Order: sequence, then C-alpha cells, then structure tokens
Amino acid sequence: MDWMAWTWPTAIFFAVIASLLITFTVLAIKFPETPRTGILRIETTRGDRLFITLLGSAFINLAWLGIVGAQQPYALIVCLIYAAAVFRWV
Amino acid sequence: MEKTVNQKAWFLVLPVLLLVAFSAVIPLMTVVNYSVQDTFGNNQFFWAGLEWFEEMLRSERMWDALGRQLMFSGIILAIEIPLGIFVALNMPKSGFWSSFCLVLMSLPLLIPWNVVGTIWQIFGRVDIGLLGYTLDALGINYNYTQDILAAWVTIIVMDVWHWTSLVALLAFAGLKSIPDAYYQAAKIDQASRWKVFCFIELPKMMGVLMIAILLRFMDSFMIYTEPFVVTGGGPGNATTLLSIDLVKMALGQFDLGPAAAFSIMYFLVILLISWVFYTVMTNLEKREG
Repeated sequence: MDWMAWTWPTAIFFAVIASLLITFTVLAIKFPETPRTGILRIETTRGDRLFITLLGSAFINLAWLGIVGAQQPYALIVCLIYAAAVFRWV
Repeated sequence: MEKTVNQKAWFLVLPVLLLVAFSAVIPLMTVVNYSVQDTFGNNQFFWAGLEWFEEMLRSERMWDALGRQLMFSGIILAIEIPLGIFVALNMPKSGFWSSFCLVLMSLPLLIPWNVVGTIWQIFGRVDIGLLGYTLDALGINYNYTQDILAAWVTIIVMDVWHWTSLVALLAFAGLKSIPDAYYQAAKIDQASRWKVFCFIELPKMMGVLMIAILLRFMDSFMIYTEPFVVTGGGPGNATTLLSIDLVKMALGQFDLGPAAAFSIMYFLVILLISWVFYTVMTNLEKREG
C-alpha cells in the first residue's frame, strides 16, 4: 500500500465516507423507505440526500478555501448545517 | 400475484464492484492522497495540507483553462444539438435510404479519437491538406498552428464532424418512436410544420435529447486526444483545454500535488453536472411514464 502514499488525515477521511456508506446501506435494508419529494421537486431517498450532502460539502469546503482561506475547520460547521437542511427539506 | 423481492441478487454486482474498485476507486483515492502532499520523486512524500487546493483556486491558469473548456463545450453543444435534430428530421424514415443514411452517419463514430485528430491535422495543413490548401488558394488566411481563430474553428468543426451523428441518431430514434396517430391528429387540426415540431416532435424527443446533451457535454468536457493531436494546446495556450492542461501539469512538469488537487476539482464539477443531468432525465421519464 506504500505506493498509494497514504496519510492519516486522508485515511480518516475515507474511513468516515466508508462508514457513512455502510451505515446508510444497513439503514436502507433494515428500514426500507419510500422516496419523498422535497424543495428541489425531485424524489429523494436517504441515499440521495447523503450524496447531495457529500457533494455539496465538497463545494462548500472549496468555496471556503477560496473565499475565506483560513480556519478551514469552520467550513465543516457550515457543512453540518447544510447536511441538516438537506435531510430536513430536500 | 405479489412479486417477491430478493436482495441477494445484489451479490451478482460484486464483480463489477471489484473491477471499478481497481480501475477507478483506488486510483482516485491515490489522487486524493497526492493532493495533500508534495513529492520530489522517488515515491517520497511530504505533508502539504490544503496548499495545493489553495494554489489551484487562485491559479489564473486553471480558471483560464476552465473558461476555454466551458466555451468549447458550449459552442459544440449549440451547434451539434440543433444540427443533429435538423439532420434527423430530414432523414428518410424507412426503406433502403434510411438504412444507408444510418450506416453513413455512424461511420465517424467508429473512428478512434487519435485518428480523427490525425485526419484533421493533415486535412487542415496548408501545404498538403485539402482544406488548408483550398482555403489558402481562395486567399483566406488559414493556419491553425499560428492563428487562434483558425485553431478554434478547426477543433470545433472537427468535433462537430465527429459527433453530430450521435445526436442525429439519437434524435432519429426519438422521432421513430412517435406513433402516427399524433401526426394524423395534427393534420386534422391543420397544424403547421413548425407547430408539429414544437408540440409533438420536440416534447417526444426530450428524453433522448437530454441523453444526447449529457453525453456530448461530458465527452467534450473531458476531451483530450483530438485537440491535442491537432493543435497541441496551441497557439500559445489558446486551445489548452482542462485535460490538456492537467496532463501538462502532471506528466510534463511532474507537479503531482497541484495536478491532483486540479483533478479532484475537475472531477467534482463533472460529478455535479452528471448528477444534475441524471436527475433531470429520470424525473422527465417519471413524469412521462
């Protein structure tokens, strides 16, 4: 695995993503759901909302880095608020 | 009768998952690892944090390449989609000539990218190429290695030549699936040709057209080989599209860190656009469905 040039932060990052995916898969099997339509007027399941959250979070982090350029961890707080909003209203 | 749901079928997807892991997921993870480190070769890496992302976000070079890329994709879509629809509308609907047209149209699609590039590179040359020589003989100053406009026109016309058929074939398939009853109803109402197009043909083609736009956008957004073979990104940086710039950075300059950060942002944009198109498409189908 040396050739992949692993670092602890990136390993933790991928571990978090992987555990999120596993959690949502287990949730989908244990508690099946019917898709709902939110403010985007599209049908979404929990998995869709997770995808929208992750993709949006990536852009939030980039925007923070480009516009604010300091205190990157605060971007994660914005991401959490965004995630809560997506899971509540989308 | 109630259908039984068997989730075990998902195990059949495992081989694909394994393949994708090796061809996409693991390389992508490596790129993420590169993006936060610096290297001077020899597989030795030093922590750099978010430095490369910051540098790339502030890099004029990347924004310029993105601008050129969006312009390229925008122009080819604006030409290929209407042209493809126009060709499909005018193709024979059945019989020998219909099949003949279909085969003829699919020919450019069968040619590999680098060959298309080579064809147009030679075709446009002023000394031996038919196009370049003819234009030169007509007194038009055409030289795609020195003139920015000529270079742009060449790569756009090349892409239109290569891919309009795809749009036309998809639009043709959409047109063929419209039942005759619609046209008969339009005839009874004495609808004009334009009205038939606006209210019958276009709405019925919407699904396939969305697929065509998605395919053409993604392909043109990731295009590398064709413009690289023809112009090599020149003159200057005039036709250096995103992927050409990325390869220059990663393999030419061996700046793995910045190139990795660049790739991730490139990937995120593509992911976002694909998701938007996919969502729009599936919702269109559901509404029609």
